[in-house]
Amino acid sequence: MSLEQFMNEAISPWLKEEGPDSDIVMSSRIRLARNFDHIPFPILADQEELEQVVEFFKEEYEDYSFGPYKDFEFIHMSKLNPTEKRVLVEKHLISPHLSDHAKHGAALISQNEQVSVMVNEEDHIRVQLYFPGFQLEKALEQASDFDDWLEEKINFAFDEKRGYLTSCPTNVGTGLRASVMMHLPALTITQQMSRLIPAINQLGLVVRGIYGEGSEAIGNIFQISNQITLGKSERDIVDDLKSVVEQLIEQERNARQQIIQQNGIQLEDKIFRSYGVLANSRIIESKEAAKCLSDVRLGIDLGYINSLSKTILNELMILTQPGFLQQYAQQNLSPDERDVRRAALIRERLNLEI
Amino acid sequence: MECQECHERPASLHFTQVVNGHKTEVYVCEKCAYDKGYMSQEQDSLSLHNLLSGLFNFDSFQLSDSKSHSASHREPQTLKCDHCGLTYDEFKRVGKFGCANCYKTFDERLNPIFRRVHSGNTIHSGKVPKRKGGQLHVQREMEQKRSELQALIHQEEFEEAAKVRDQIRTLERQLDSEQREGDQ
Repeated sequence: MSLEQFMNEAISPWLKEEGPDSDIVMSSRIRLARNFDHIPFPILADQEELEQVVEFFKEEYEDYSFGPYKDFEFIHMSKLNPTEKRVLVEKHLISPHLSDHAKHGAALISQNEQVSVMVNEEDHIRVQLYFPGFQLEKALEQASDFDDWLEEKINFAFDEKRGYLTSCPTNVGTGLRASVMMHLPALTITQQMSRLIPAINQLGLVVRGIYGEGSEAIGNIFQISNQITLGKSERDIVDDLKSVVEQLIEQERNARQQIIQQNGIQLEDKIFRSYGVLANSRIIESKEAAKCLSDVRLGIDLGYINSLSKTILNELMILTQPGFLQQYAQQNLSPDERDVRRAALIRERLNLEI
Repeated sequence: MECQECHERPASLHFTQVVNGHKTEVYVCEKCAYDKGYMSQEQDSLSLHNLLSGLFNFDSFQLSDSKSHSASHREPQTLKCDHCGLTYDEFKRVGKFGCANCYKTFDERLNPIFRRVHSGNTIHSGKVPKRKGGQLHVQREMEQKRSELQALIHQEEFEEAAKVRDQIRTLERQLDSEQREGDQ
């Protein structure tokens, strides 16, 4: 029953709440990588060992709750069809790697979709915890508590010198990847991002597109995360990321004001043209949709558009992805068919709002 | 700039090809790059991977780093994890460890890799699992107190320093008794 909810609701329950600074920071995420002590990592474990890990999670955690994260749903990847897996990826509940490459992969997802544990991804255990808006510290605190809870039953691979041991050397130590998803249209319009990204990289942080490694920043949405996991405490990692994000928020706000003052009418024109495109097109590619949605979202944040809620755009960003469109249509769609469906869906949702 | 193949989408990729000293350059969009064979899907998904294993090719690094222990130098090919069977060469190629024991097996070669990936860091200083870390927690606290003590002595705040010294002694006793318990 809840798999249905995961599949049909584009917007996760936790994303409906508005977090701090949510005009710029869409969400905060903490990810922890952990492994069982005596079982080879998924890359080298045999069938039996991988099944053992999956069974352990099913036995110990299915239908359990931890604090506000209730009734964990346990999902075998092998039981999902490609569209269903794609939907979970588009909602960031699982990674593309777990969906496409993992042998004996599974996921444990809380009802509110705030916590998801990927099983047999690159590591045996990948815990992800999301918060709406800019709430990295809170997310870290909760993720750490959740980690303690798992530890009551699991002997993690840990070394005094190297910390939590992971399959990839880039995750060893804390196993922590803290990240935020930021909507930075004004910094992009004023072409400051190309200058800022190298500076952010120099501070040991990584800037990526919305779907992680190698993806481009569609819809002016950037994911910023720590690169270093070894030699710094969890607290320091989060603090360093936090201070950069705070500066980016300030710069984005300044850039927005600057554009309004210098090119207000042009900005308003751009926003309403995009609104026009979304409200009227019959065919729209995902990239164009994302661009227009970004403009309209900026229009809402700046008060040019008052008839739409912010969440409808978060929702449309996800709903107009290929997986969701096909899930919605209950059939496979060619790219051309998707573009037609996408346009129809957006028109329909925008009309519902007015 | 628009894509030179389809003239529709903007060019996002730039390829330079040198054949017999003759250089050609193309600017294409991602779709045409795949369609026209400038780039294969597979190659793309592996790119980060290649980059990572590239990072581990640090042989020149290692030569200067391990002059003193020539033992590891004489038999570089035979290093193999006895738990999962991963050899050091495979590790270098794939860029992934096979199990927790690999960290012990390859230990003396890992510092240069970690230094590169983690901005010079090689030692964990974050969370410790409660179950394992009883003693470790105490040790961490002691290390912290010792450096605090040094700082206080340096600042000639002897009264405060004496307090911290006593705290360190308490921790030492605690560690001692825990160790004895553990031995029993």
